Amino acid sequence: MATLAIDRSLKQIVLAVQEYSLFAWRALLNLFRPPIYWTDFLIQSDIIGVGSLPIVILSGFFTGGVLALQSAATLEEFGATAVTGQFVSLTMIRELGAVLTGIMVAGRNASSMASELGSMVVTEQIDAMRALGVDPLRKLVTPRIFSSIVMLLLLTIVADAFGILGGDAVTVLLNHQNGTQYLNSAYEHLRYSDIIQGLVKPLFFGYLLSSIGCFYGMRTTGGTEGVGRSTISAVVTSSVLIIAVDFLITHVLLSIFPT
Amino acid sequence: MSHAFPTAPQSPARAQGAGAVVRLSGVSLGFGGPDVLSNISFSVAPGETRILLGPAGVGKSVLLKLIIGLLRPQEGTVLLLGDDISSLPEERLFTLRARAGMVFQEGALFDSLTVRDNIGYQLIQERAPDDEIDQRVREALTFVGLEQTFDLYPASLSGGMKRRVAIARALIHDPELILYDSPTGGLDPVTSTTIIELIVKQRDVHATPALLVTHRLQDAFTLCNHRFDAEQNRMVQLPEGQINPNTTFLMLEEGRLILDGSLHELLHSTNSEVREFLE
Repeated sequence: MATLAIDRSLKQIVLAVQEYSLFAWRALLNLFRPPIYWTDFLIQSDIIGVGSLPIVILSGFFTGGVLALQSAATLEEFGATAVTGQFVSLTMIRELGAVLTGIMVAGRNASSMASELGSMVVTEQIDAMRALGVDPLRKLVTPRIFSSIVMLLLLTIVADAFGILGGDAVTVLLNHQNGTQYLNSAYEHLRYSDIIQGLVKPLFFGYLLSSIGCFYGMRTTGGTEGVGRSTISAVVTSSVLIIAVDFLITHVLLSIFPT
Repeated sequence: MSHAFPTAPQSPARAQGAGAVVRLSGVSLGFGGPDVLSNISFSVAPGETRILLGPAGVGKSVLLKLIIGLLRPQEGTVLLLGDDISSLPEERLFTLRARAGMVFQEGALFDSLTVRDNIGYQLIQERAPDDEIDQRVREALTFVGLEQTFDLYPASLSGGMKRRVAIARALIHDPELILYDSPTGGLDPVTSTTIIELIVKQRDVHATPALLVTHRLQDAFTLCNHRFDAEQNRMVQLPEGQINPNTTFLMLEEGRLILDGSLHELLHSTNSEVREFLE
């Protein structure tokens, strides 16, 4: 009995992965095949990009601040407080800017995609769209994925910048150190490979969070309760996958750009 | 219920069985358990209105979704407007579906769009000029008697108004076939009559072939014994003893087709399940 249950669960997981792969692949291919719904792309860019700006700015700023606070205490023991700027900027640009922005946007937008599309599924709006001869994958999913990729890249740059500014504010106001020295240190030790690492990741994260949000939304069943389940699954899965994929990408990028 | 209708003459197209708009042959479908639909075969001829009767939960809505390609049969073939959609790629199905219209059970209006954008949805996707969209939406709204709702959102419409908007959305593209999924379900008798009047109007003015799902016999009989009078701009009852010859019946029971015939055949059926439904 238990073996049967495990067998069934495993099959369901494999089936879900297969369905997701096909779904995400088709949605990705649609980026390069007309018709492309540019108006929907702009609307989604506004919702995902401009709408997420406040939370990305705040989370970036305070993360940079915390990094400066924590690192300054440790670096002081070695008399190396002068490299606080380098520490904060490298951490934000190479790692935290992309991951934090990915998780924040996943919480805000993967959930919104899953609930919006899920509601459309349970009220037969998706069926109505198909019956009217419009492909929901092209009309609803592809613009969301395209916008998420582009906007997450830009939001990550914003988060990095505000993270460094947050670190600067803490360095000057709380640690009573030299702000110019902080900014010089933050800038001078940056390499192109660091920036590339930081800007490659959001492309993957944007694709992940949007395709997962849309996937869970489009396979919603079970009425309004099902919409709630899809929303939770979308946020949890995309957040966990962002961290897991970050590990993989970092591993690959470090082999390409050794420190 | 009056059973005093005479034998209905078969429509010429149906009698010949030629050039069907929809043809199902041996269609079966299940969702992991017992078949929801089993070995279903019937056709809809040009100009014909077929009323699909049956109690709730026997697979009527599933059958409509099969016909328009939203679901695929596990066995058998479905011909829609001359194309076998059983194995047609999804990409080509979109083009084919755009030639038909479907009115969903609860209307299925896009709740974030205005009535204008809902009705003109197909035209907007085709990038038709705004003026043309406005004009055609207004014409469609006039047809369903809701001119004043042009700028409203679905949330501010009553249940009956939503169905009428859904009908307008299905009709704006001059479909070659219309599928109505319980268009009067859950509505009060007066609103139901308004909806049936629209269906009769579409049938008699445009002669669009249709398949209408309902479990309300009253609606089915109204469709049979009324016609649309263009001069009076309203539905009028046919003279005693006359019925519309192009309106015929199907009945589903537990996924099986138990009746395919005229009103006369429905009323005089000896099938116990048909009799039970009628009584």
